[in-house]
Amino acid sequence: MKTTVVIFPGSNCDRDVIHAVQEITGEPVEPVWHKEDTLPSDTDLVILPGGFSYGDYLRCGAMASTSPIMKAVRDHASSGKLLLGICNGFQVLTESRLLPGSLLSNKTLTFICKRCYIRVERKDTPFTSLYNEGQVLQFPIAHHEGLYFLPPGELGELEDNGQVVFRYCSPDGKVSSDFNPNGALNNIAGVTNREGNILGLMPHPERASEGILGGTDGALMWRSVKKWLERGGA
Amino acid sequence: MDSFHVKILVYLKDGVLDTQGKAVAKSLIDSGYSDLVNVRVGKYIQLWVNAASREDALSEAEKMCDDLLVNQLIEQYEIEIES
Repeated sequence: MKTTVVIFPGSNCDRDVIHAVQEITGEPVEPVWHKEDTLPSDTDLVILPGGFSYGDYLRCGAMASTSPIMKAVRDHASSGKLLLGICNGFQVLTESRLLPGSLLSNKTLTFICKRCYIRVERKDTPFTSLYNEGQVLQFPIAHHEGLYFLPPGELGELEDNGQVVFRYCSPDGKVSSDFNPNGALNNIAGVTNREGNILGLMPHPERASEGILGGTDGALMWRSVKKWLERGGA
Repeated sequence: MDSFHVKILVYLKDGVLDTQGKAVAKSLIDSGYSDLVNVRVGKYIQLWVNAASREDALSEAEKMCDDLLVNQLIEQYEIEIES
């Protein structure tokens, strides 16, 4: 398992995710600057980390979506390899049209930084294979633009295709507006593309990967990817 | 080549929640503008481009909107050009 983490100007969760993936999987993780136009060879997983790429100018993730490295990232994903966007990385993926939807300002009109509960909706993705469907995880969120939005018709299609991977929920897994921190439509916290090799989510698994940080629910995401790759992508 | 001044108005489509507009509306209402019904906030972008014609300047600006300036899932835009 070889992981590459893209660093944009303004990324600030790159070191955290590099540490978490290395620590949990024992596999190599390399950073790559966004000005590069190729990924390190044999990259299995590309991660776009959280942060404030380009200072959130224009729209969150919009400027980063035009960075030179994004062509290589797009080619990587279109060949079926794995691509994960966390928080700002998720925003970069929607702005790149690699994932459907858009992330709007939170309904609370505030930046929210707190631990949240999310429910695993699908375990048949490379990123969630070691979780159970319906399992409740505790991941922190830290964002101002996390309200997942899609126009009604497309939202229905997303749901019909089963592309929702995580939903905000209560500690016992109940999905309702009371447990929706940012107003995301249908409590959506993370979505995948139709092929299942691209995942974007607002919560931070890398901040929940070691006990010293208060939780280990995120560690299974890195182990899921490792196991999926070891099984040859099945 | 002539020089053109391109003025682009970018705003959220109807039905897309505008939390910034809501916050501004609340501040205005709290300041005493009690008849205020709603606020929606947009963006005004100006470009200066060299082009052979007004049509070329317009199509160049539209391409820039498609490529970066506007997210057409949630936003729409209007362009005005002055030479």
